[in-house]
Amino acid sequence: MALTDDAVLEISRHFRFQWEPAQQMHVLLYPEGMVKLPDSSGEILKRVDGTATVAQIIKDLETAFPGADLRGDVVEFLEHAHGKGWIRTK
Amino acid sequence: MERAGSEQNKSSLPLWLLAEVSYKCPLHCVFCYNPVDYARYGSELSTEDWLRVLRQGRELGASQLGFSGGEPLTRPDLEILVAEARKLGFYSNLITSGVGLDEKRIAAFKEGGLDHIQLSFQDSTREMNDFLSHTRTFDLKQKVGALIKQYDYPMVLNVVLHRLNIDHVQQILEMAEQLGAEYVELANTQYYGWAYLNRDKLLPSLEQLQRAEEVTNRFRERVGSKMRIFFVVPDYYETRPKPCMSGWGSLFLGVTADGLALPCHSARMLPGLTFPSVRDHDLRWIWNESEAFNAYRGDGWMKEPCSTCPEKVKDFAGCRCQAYQMTGDAANADPVCDKSPFHHLVTDTVERVRIQNAAGESSSELFYRDDANSLRLTDTVKAPSA
Repeated sequence: MALTDDAVLEISRHFRFQWEPAQQMHVLLYPEGMVKLPDSSGEILKRVDGTATVAQIIKDLETAFPGADLRGDVVEFLEHAHGKGWIRTK
Repeated sequence: MERAGSEQNKSSLPLWLLAEVSYKCPLHCVFCYNPVDYARYGSELSTEDWLRVLRQGRELGASQLGFSGGEPLTRPDLEILVAEARKLGFYSNLITSGVGLDEKRIAAFKEGGLDHIQLSFQDSTREMNDFLSHTRTFDLKQKVGALIKQYDYPMVLNVVLHRLNIDHVQQILEMAEQLGAEYVELANTQYYGWAYLNRDKLLPSLEQLQRAEEVTNRFRERVGSKMRIFFVVPDYYETRPKPCMSGWGSLFLGVTADGLALPCHSARMLPGLTFPSVRDHDLRWIWNESEAFNAYRGDGWMKEPCSTCPEKVKDFAGCRCQAYQMTGDAANADPVCDKSPFHHLVTDTVERVRIQNAAGESSSELFYRDDANSLRLTDTVKAPSA
């Protein structure tokens, strides 16, 4: 499903997003399971906080990582995460 | 420092910490995987012991925590452990029969940060008629199911299948639907502990299994995505072993009620290994250094046909406990594998049970998991290494 720029996203119920010090990476935890997230995905999900829109998440990432055109990759990952049920629109 | 023996697993962490906080259980399931001699074990760990285990496990890298048993609700300090688990950053799962789960306790678990409750069904034990006639057990499950929903937990049901209940899969699924289950695991019995003892009575026929799968598939089509159903087949009908624990000492660390650290739920039965106690050692030493956790790590210990088998990276030679139970040597290939020279032990068992049932023979007693049977049976049954 395509996500619009003004969609507000949050981590889905029963999922928990957190930093794992022992693994040095962000993960998504859910009943009896875990998704390990590469750095870039962790940076994106860090900004999925239940208040930021898709456009704000992209803008914030472009500020944090200047010089790169991130829109395509970010939207692609968010749609993947949405399809997987990790995040949902508010 | 890593030992040479664990070098290839250097990056592996015990991501799954299972706390079997008590062997006490109000139920008497014939398919229980707990050790048959559980009633002979020493005292349960104290609250302080468990808090230490949780802290050490989390430091070592565990992120998923299971509270199991026995029935974990028999521990009056479970609320304390749940709250500590959340503080430490665990994702915690309560694996329970629901017996003893009232509103006061579930409210405390929610407050403390418990993430997930898996409710299991014990029909087919003494409660079977009860269950099938929708009386007492069903009332209890409905009450607990309503509490689970009320406290915003996903509704996850686990039903252990075997010959005595597998023909009721349709009713079981209808009941799950009625309870509003979001996930249902129809898990065929794995033959360890009490289930191994009762194996001839519990192993379903191939026809039963196929019928149950058909019923499940039809049900899946009807309910669609509102209820996800997992069907776990009994490995006696397979020709390749399950990748047990994703490999020994690879991601699972279990701690028993009396404090032994185990690389799998049933490892306690294996002879020749001394499983370390969390009373004497910290989890880091246990995971990295102990002989028991290194015994079947990697593939250096494997024998033929596993050692040269290209599939060893997928299934890790299967289950050590099953290899030991059936062939007498835990380092043998899991006899479920049809490359194993002992595979006939599995097919012979299936055939023996088939003939017994066709003849209507009742060759063995059904043993309920209770203290009296545990003590009685382990006078004669060879006790697993303590």
